[in-house]
Parts: sequence; C-alpha cells; structure tokens
Amino acid sequence: MTKLSGKSVYKGIALGPVVVLKSKDVQVKRAKAEDSEAEIVKLERAIEQAREQLQRLYDKAVKEVGEASAAIFEVHQMMLEDEDYLDAIHNMIRTETVNAEYAVAMTGDNFSDMFANMDDDYMKARAADVKDISNRLVRNLSGEGDVDFSSMEPSIIVADDLSPSETVQMDKEKILGFVTVHGSTNSHTAILARMMNIPALIGVPMNLDQISTGMQAVVDGFEGEVIFEPDQELCAKAAQRMQEEKEKLLLLQTLKGKENVTLDGKKIHIYANIGSVSDVGYVLENDADGIGLFRSEFLYLGRDDFPSEEEQFAAYKQVVQMMAGKKVIIRTLDIGADKQVDYFKLGKEDNPALGYRAIRICLKQPDIFKTQIRALLRAAVYGNLSVMYPMIISVSEVEQIKAIVSEVQQELEEAQIPYSMPEQGIMIETPAAVMISDELAKHVDYFSIGTNDLTQYTLAIDRQNAKLDDFYDPHHPAVLRMIQMVTDHAHAEGKWVGICGELGADPELTETFMRMGLDELSVAPSMVLKLRKKIREMDLSR
Amino acid sequence: MKSFSYTIKNAVGIHARPAGLLVKEAKKYRSRIVLTINGKSAEAAKLMAVMGLGAKCGQSVEVEIDGEDEDAAMEGIKAFFEQNL
Repeated sequence: MTKLSGKSVYKGIALGPVVVLKSKDVQVKRAKAEDSEAEIVKLERAIEQAREQLQRLYDKAVKEVGEASAAIFEVHQMMLEDEDYLDAIHNMIRTETVNAEYAVAMTGDNFSDMFANMDDDYMKARAADVKDISNRLVRNLSGEGDVDFSSMEPSIIVADDLSPSETVQMDKEKILGFVTVHGSTNSHTAILARMMNIPALIGVPMNLDQISTGMQAVVDGFEGEVIFEPDQELCAKAAQRMQEEKEKLLLLQTLKGKENVTLDGKKIHIYANIGSVSDVGYVLENDADGIGLFRSEFLYLGRDDFPSEEEQFAAYKQVVQMMAGKKVIIRTLDIGADKQVDYFKLGKEDNPALGYRAIRICLKQPDIFKTQIRALLRAAVYGNLSVMYPMIISVSEVEQIKAIVSEVQQELEEAQIPYSMPEQGIMIETPAAVMISDELAKHVDYFSIGTNDLTQYTLAIDRQNAKLDDFYDPHHPAVLRMIQMVTDHAHAEGKWVGICGELGADPELTETFMRMGLDELSVAPSMVLKLRKKIREMDLSR
Repeated sequence: MKSFSYTIKNAVGIHARPAGLLVKEAKKYRSRIVLTINGKSAEAAKLMAVMGLGAKCGQSVEVEIDGEDEDAAMEGIKAFFEQNL
C-alpha cells in the first residue's frame, strides 16, 4: 500500500483499477525529406484531419461539460490556423529539408516555450494547449489515430500529464478519476475534471514505472491523497464514502430551481458568500438567489499598491453581469493590521481586532474610500448591485459615509459618467451597532449580521485561542437575543435583515432563524442547497 | 491610416477566447491591423502573437489600422473591443 499526496482539483472519492497512460509524443525522429512539397501536402492533410477531430471533440465537450469549457477546442482550431505557427512549420520543412513530424514538433515546442515563459498564470497554462495541437498533428502525420478509450472498463487514469483533448475524449462513464504528476489548477484538465465532477489530483510525485495498469487505487479528493494497492479496510471505507457522495449529489441536483419555502409557506432568501470573481461560478452552480457578501479584499491583497478605479470597476461589473440581475452585495474594504498590506502603512497594532480597520480607514482616508465607491456606483449600472459597509458602531459613521457617497455622486454627474445609486446597507457586527440598531435602521436600507465578529466581541473570546474552547458557545443566548433584537428593529423601520456570518449556515439554527423572521441567510455556496432542503422540510405552524 | 486607444476592462485581460474572436473579426477586413501594448506589437490577425502580448486588465492598447477598408475595420474592431474586452 503506497500513499502519495497531491493537489486536489475536485472533492470526490474514487476507487477502482488504474490505467497508466504513457505519453506518446516522445519519439519524433528528425529525418531528411528531399521532397519538401510532398511533406507540405502531408501536413495539409494532417491539419484537415485535426480540424475534424477538434470539431468532434468540441461537440462532445459541449454536450458533456458545456460551451464555456468546450471553447478551448475552438481555440485549438484557431491556433491551427495561425499564420505564424504555420509559416514556421512550412519554413522549417523547406529550409531544413526535414520531415513534417519533426518540423511540427519543434515548432510546437518553440511556441509552447514562449507561453511557458510568460508571467501570466493563464498564459503559462496555454503552453499545454500548443503542445496538445502539435501532438495531434504529429499523431495524424504518423498515421496513429486518436487514443482509443472505448474498450476500457471504468478506471482511474494515471499519467504524467493530460491534455485537454485527452481529458474530453475519454468516455465520462468510464473514468473514475485522474491522477497526474504535473498539471496546474488553471489547466483545462483541472477545469474539465471539476465540471465533469471527477475526483482528480495533480502534482503527485509518482514514478510511473512503478505503477501498472490493473492496480487498485483510491483517489481521495478531500484529503488530496492517492493510495495505490489499498488494504481491505481502506477499500471498504472508500466504497462507502463513494456511495454517500453519490446520494448527496443526486439529492442536491433535485433541489436546483426550487424555492426556499417551508411547508407552511414561509420564505427566505439564501444567498452565497464569496471572496473572488472566480467563485461566481460556484454561486450559480449551487443555485443561490444572490450574493449576500462579496468580500472585496481580494482586490487589495497580494499586491504592492492600491487597486485603481478601473481595475475595481472591471471586477465589480463582471460579477454583477455574471449574476444577471440577481442581487450582489459588495462589502467595502474590510482590512486591518492583521492582514498583509504593507502599502496601506497601517503600522503594528496590539489589538488589530479592535483597531484601525475597515470603515475607520475609509473615513480617515477618504481617497481610498472614494475610489472604491466610484467603481461601485459605475458598476451598479450593469446589474443588481448593493453596497455594504463593515464595522459600523455609530449613526455618525453612517452619516459621514453618506456625505462621501454624495460627493462621489456629484463628481460622476459633473463628469457625465454613467452610474447608478445602489441599495446601501451595513454590517451589524459590533455590540454597539446591535444596541442602537433601532436608530441605525432609519439611515440604511438593510442590515447584514456578521455573526463571526459579533460573537467574538460579545463573548470577549478569541476564536483562535484553543484554551477557550470550553467557554465558547456559538449558540450563546446573548448572540441569539442580539439577532432577534436587530431583526425586530430593522422590520420596525421596514428594512430587511440577513446573516452573512457562519452561523447562518448552522443547520441547528435554521428553524430558529426562520421563526425570528430573518429575510436572508448568506452562506458558503456549498451550503445553499443543503439549507434549501432543510427549509423545504420544515413546518413552522407545528 | 486610422488609430484609436482602448483601455482593457475585462478583468482577465485578452485571454484565449476573446483573442480568437478578435482574430476572426480582424480577418474580415483587408486592412492591416496592429495592436501595441507597452511597446510590444502584434498583428490582430495572428492568434499566437495576440495572445503573446499578455494584455491585462487596465492596460491601454493602441490600435492602428491601415488599408482600403480602414473605416469599416475601425468600426468593427472598436465595437469588438467594447463588447468583449
């Protein structure tokens, strides 16, 4: 039994026999070819064959994984038509009087290296695409057809790396999982594996010579591990988990498109919390009604300087457009000294949780705030955008915020830049805000309760301190009373209220929250359908 | 000869799919269309070259169009940028 670790691309479990794929592109021999024109004719035929193959792959991919992911085969077709690529191959055939296979392989390597050397991750991953189409041409030239997977029994594919065409060509029904030595999370293989719901691991340091087709293996996408020749116990456990996952997935698929309504007709919105533009896919996949918390910090982290208005505008616009009319609540920057943002020049703080952070930075340094507000107001034109301000403790803060927003609105008007005034709400995450929520409700459009921080501040407990676990009660009556109070105060002013903290997803509290009358729960995308199920099975009239 | 500048708004920059569609659009015209970003140039009809520019969000691209149908090309390419990038 050998256990190896790698990066998981999809969280699932697979158990089955292994099929080891040895890459076929290794042996291209350089040979003298006196008749260059004959080689060019062979090349043209191979390209035509490739176009047809790619069309078939595209059609198969569209059916199995959807148009967006299938688009890569269209790109492959376009690469095959690229003048520079073709000219380079033609030139090599003529000037070096070599065979077409060699010219294609060399040109493919050159172009692939060019992409691999770019400093953009997305472009780096395109190196694999160039390799893929070059390999395809070489196989066509040497008379080998596409790899034939049809006779295979359901297996786990083990390979050095997998090209997008190899991944899609495989019969989905026959693939239990992928394990590769190389690959990146940006690669099409990873994207396709996720869309095909196939457990896959990349970056696994395997010695392919020691693994043989027919060996049993368990691929654990949760732990990021592959176990070759597992013992009885592991096999039994894996089989059981596979069954559980299958049932869960099936159940959840039947809930898509259904309303979040109890048996006695009470409704609630279930939104999702996300932290980057790329997560929007999961929001849509899991059928959330909207985004209840879009953490904007990703725009500020991992860089040396402030994000420009254009950069922010592009990101916000993209999200609201992708959500096509569903609400997107974007929280303004919630950064503090506990995060790595040297360019903010925040200085060291003894108590960052109680420090100069979030809205406080925005109000003391309005230039930073205004840039974000400008981008948000401009992006609001493109969809259903809502703005939320974190860490509020007083009405005066809200008034200052409104004054700044008003200034921004004025500036955009004068410059005749299109914008829209979004709904504006605040996070209730401090005990102060809870206690004056009746006043705050008069000044904003909604509340979203940040239970994580609210609980910490209220119980005076640092969640990271394991010593305090015995004292920490996430369902502490103090917190629950606060939620009820905030909800009542919001409704008294005709405003809606939701929860965006982790407590929202706690299934033990769902009924409580429904009874309290909350209007919205915003949770991790993977929890949306689970909550829907709970709510649809609930009867509050009992 | 016609030219215009455009600031890329798409958060992912010019990646494979829009690059491919741009090439398709550029091939409709007989004019020569050249994109320049940060001093690097590429003909819009050449996919690998366009992708090789590594154009990112926020970057400004200079588009130069020269040829008998440069007016139509300018309109077409400008519209393309606005709709896709």
